[in-house]
Amino acid sequence: MIAAVPMVDPVLDTDDWWWQPLAVVGLKVLVIFIIGLVGTMFMVWFERKIVAGMQNRVGPNKAGPFGLLQTLADGTKLFFKEDLIPDRADRMVFRIAPFLAFVPAFLVWAVIPLGGDFTGGRDGTVTWFGETTRVQLADPPVGVLLVLALSSIAVYGVMLAGWSSGSKYPLLGSVRASAQMISYEAALGLSLAAVLMTAGTLSTSGIVANQSSITNWHLLSTGVVPFVIFLIAMTAELNRPPFDLVEAEQELVGGFHTEYSSIRFALFFLAEFMNVISMSALLVTLFLGGPQPLYLGGVDVLAFLGPFGGTAWLLAKVFIFLYVYVWFRATLPRLRYDQLMNLGWKVLIPIALGWFLLLAVLQVGRDRNVGQTGYVVLVVASLAVLVLCYLLFQAALAVARRNRESEGAAY
Amino acid sequence: MELLVFVLASVMVLAGAVGVIAYRNPVHAALGLVLTLFGVAVHFVSMEAHFLAAVQVIVYAGAIVVLFLFVIMLLGVDRAEDLDVEPFKIQRPLAVIVGASVTGLVIAAVVRGRSTLGEMSDAAAPGDDNIRALARNLYSDHVLAFELTSVLLIVAVVGTVVLTRRSRRPEVSQ
Repeated sequence: MIAAVPMVDPVLDTDDWWWQPLAVVGLKVLVIFIIGLVGTMFMVWFERKIVAGMQNRVGPNKAGPFGLLQTLADGTKLFFKEDLIPDRADRMVFRIAPFLAFVPAFLVWAVIPLGGDFTGGRDGTVTWFGETTRVQLADPPVGVLLVLALSSIAVYGVMLAGWSSGSKYPLLGSVRASAQMISYEAALGLSLAAVLMTAGTLSTSGIVANQSSITNWHLLSTGVVPFVIFLIAMTAELNRPPFDLVEAEQELVGGFHTEYSSIRFALFFLAEFMNVISMSALLVTLFLGGPQPLYLGGVDVLAFLGPFGGTAWLLAKVFIFLYVYVWFRATLPRLRYDQLMNLGWKVLIPIALGWFLLLAVLQVGRDRNVGQTGYVVLVVASLAVLVLCYLLFQAALAVARRNRESEGAAY
Repeated sequence: MELLVFVLASVMVLAGAVGVIAYRNPVHAALGLVLTLFGVAVHFVSMEAHFLAAVQVIVYAGAIVVLFLFVIMLLGVDRAEDLDVEPFKIQRPLAVIVGASVTGLVIAAVVRGRSTLGEMSDAAAPGDDNIRALARNLYSDHVLAFELTSVLLIVAVVGTVVLTRRSRRPEVSQ
């Protein structure tokens, strides 16, 4: 048991247990908790403000400067509302479900490197109170898989909330949600696998350390395709527009959380927005080097922040994706359900799988030192295989379409 | 510390297992199964098998039980079943025999392999070595079994599709 600890965090690798390790861990837990809550508050405001701007409205502007405290006001209002439990609800499951959605959303923050100096081959450790540690709560050897595990737990929150409400629209919403989340988890996992294979490690700090310059950023070194697939699959995983069929207001009232009110509803709401931030942070960690600086003409423009430079870079990059999500929501109309499933199963998963195999072949070539001609042979052969697979796949789709049409299907 | 973790995880596993059998509502039973799987994952972590723990949660809790729940919800069988009806007469005696023999097998394996189990618990592999060792084992020593498993899964998928699409008459599509 004790042997496992140094891998998770170097600060715990000490024989001299005094207040310093406890203070470091306590501080990190506190910071993550505060980031989670304040970040969510900010995200709700940010989304409302940006969408308002894009739709030529003003948005929240009454509570606090620029309406910044609007979320706090809404939250307080929600707390004081009556907490209703429907008669036909399964009371125990109905009570547990919001927490199953909320807790995983928080825990993702534990494995994301929030700062530290990774430049020039350094491993991102910092020294606080005379103890060496990382600027992340835990760095388990299976880092990224932990995030996947947590996102698969989050499915339960949505699913059980819908089922336990004992009413039909939430049930429809949750069945849609679980089908969607399971389908896109496959594409998400495959594009993630491409990154993990390139990085050669599962630990999040190892992945960040591997992206020491912009050409090493996995965005470029995996060839952009996994990044695009990850971005799309993540949007679907988060049930964000244009993939928000889970709560399609016009069809399902509010989806899985129709019957929830008061604080339980607030928990779902909080979890949704927190997931947006934490998954953006994960995306940045995996593809854009997390706290790694971007050198503009050989200069780290945020270097004047000193030890906070890494954190500032991370925030700046996360910010871009938060904006992109809001932009998606303001721009793209919601997909139809069959379009959603077609995109997931017939487009994203095959491309992700094919790209993953191609990267694997290249990696094998690199490991075995096949040389120039060997490389060309490898690439040509694998491209030929992929083209063959593509043609077979198209043929299969054509047959399936003909069968459907002969049965009189509408699409 | 190790003992405490072991006891807590074992309580989780056993409580979940009892829940699976005792709950009358299939959804509650499935949740009991999730608890059991989590307990097993905790056991894996305490034995340094971090990768197995993560995969345990992702595959079993994240995919398989979700699929169970999905089917339960979709078919609307989320009410207590009448236990007096027995579709296949031989099922219950057979279940008793199989249960008893599996229990006997596990106990026999533990008793016989006690010495080897003691040695294994010291073999802590740091960091990614755990995954490397597993991969090497799976893709070199047991590659035939691995490939056969994937063939089995493909056959299962094809079989399911064929069974669901057997009828070709136009009125089925509605």
